[in-house]
Amino acid sequence: MDIYREAILDHYKNPRNFGSLDKPDAKVEEGNVTCGDRIVMEIKVNNDTIEDIRFTGEGCAINQASASMLTEKVKGAKISSVMKLKTHDIIAMLGTSLTASRVRCATLPLEVLTKAIWTIQK
Amino acid sequence: MFDPKVIRKDFPQLQRKINGKPIVYLDSTATSLKPQQVLDKENEYYTKYSANIFRGIYTISEEATAEYEKVREKVAAFIGAKDAREVVFTRNASESINLVAYSLIHGDEVVASIMEHHSNFVPWQQLGMLNVWHMDEDLDKLITRKTKLLAITAVSNVLGTIVPVKDIVAKVKAINPACLVLVDAAQAVPHMTVNVEDWGADFVAFSSHKMLGPTGVGVLWGRYGLLDSMSPFLYGGEMIKEVRVEKTIFKDLPHKFEAGTPHIAGVIGLGAAVDYLSTLGMDAVRKHEKEIVGYAMRELSNIKGLTIYGPRERGGVIAFTVEYAHVHDIAQILDEDNICIRSGNHCAMPLHLSMNIAATARASFYVYTTKADVDALVRGLAKVKKMFS
Repeated sequence: MDIYREAILDHYKNPRNFGSLDKPDAKVEEGNVTCGDRIVMEIKVNNDTIEDIRFTGEGCAINQASASMLTEKVKGAKISSVMKLKTHDIIAMLGTSLTASRVRCATLPLEVLTKAIWTIQK
Repeated sequence: MFDPKVIRKDFPQLQRKINGKPIVYLDSTATSLKPQQVLDKENEYYTKYSANIFRGIYTISEEATAEYEKVREKVAAFIGAKDAREVVFTRNASESINLVAYSLIHGDEVVASIMEHHSNFVPWQQLGMLNVWHMDEDLDKLITRKTKLLAITAVSNVLGTIVPVKDIVAKVKAINPACLVLVDAAQAVPHMTVNVEDWGADFVAFSSHKMLGPTGVGVLWGRYGLLDSMSPFLYGGEMIKEVRVEKTIFKDLPHKFEAGTPHIAGVIGLGAAVDYLSTLGMDAVRKHEKEIVGYAMRELSNIKGLTIYGPRERGGVIAFTVEYAHVHDIAQILDEDNICIRSGNHCAMPLHLSMNIAATARASFYVYTTKADVDALVRGLAKVKKMFS
């Protein structure tokens, strides 16, 4: 078992798209209080496409790497395709196997991004 | 004095290997491992006198009843209770505490410390008017003439703090003699000599599975007069003297509080756990734990960037964080070498919030823990450091 493959540690230590946007169309913060994970997602949407995205937050390596990889994955993607992402897509993106107790760490960034998209669609 | 290396042979779980590596069990504060003697005794009920208790007139039912009640006597003697009828068997320490909360508290003022496990916090928050004792302030300010009960742990399951229960009970009774004291002894009874009479408390709750016994069994000890005056918490079979269409007369203590068929095998297994601990001697158990926790404190203090929470003098538990990794990552990486520690808030979220930390990693020790286990933890933490820096 090698949960912490090189790519995950790399994204954890050097997160991509980390920071905040100037005048984002949506900004949502969500945390998992029991373990202290916290993710803030900011997006700019144009033409039903995620034009730009940034995140900040703190959490375990799985959580932060998942957020970093997700921002790379969805930048420039159609909202409709982002809204189709499921837990198994996130695990595939991480390229590792997760025990039941760690799945929530990995899926929190997607949950926050989904909520950010909802605030625009409302 | 016992040798932990020798008694490890009694614990089947410690003989198991995962991926060819032995298990380094450092989570006894969550639940202890069980010796073969306990497993055999529990199995004895199912194989030799498997019958319901208090009902049959036939031999095996009488045997089962006698074995079950013998444990009540054993537990009473083990915790220094005067009367075995003051010992009530429940499902776990949480249920023991809920029993008192549901029977006694109806919106009354209750004080609980910030250090409490959720099991000795949430029942009072939900059923009473809860005031929190932060432990640095004087009890005079919190215990009023209206305070019905103080809920206090004997040993913190996170910080390892050994609370001076006897002094606190004396202080509370001096302020308000009518204020009751309930002690959560789940982390005390397994680890040190406990004498409920010496404490002077009114209720003491603990669980079997943290003291080498089976899961599914808890104990509530309470003063006879108090328990006798309380209404049952659960209604049903086994707790009845007489039922008529319009009313019911309940059995006397302790059976009034043991509705339904209890975990007979579990209680009988707990008896074997009490025997096992008594043979080791509780003073020896504490002495061993002091040695191990002292050794672990020294070894962990040498790790740069590692913070230990709680006092120096403590029970067999160490909660810590490291600068360079999240506690979940620590626990996950240690698991690769079968090193079992906890990460999270350990059912003590108010305490973690008060310390301004989301979560800690926690290693805890018991009679079978050796210095080699601590060394494995230290090596594992070095691996974490290498990975994350």
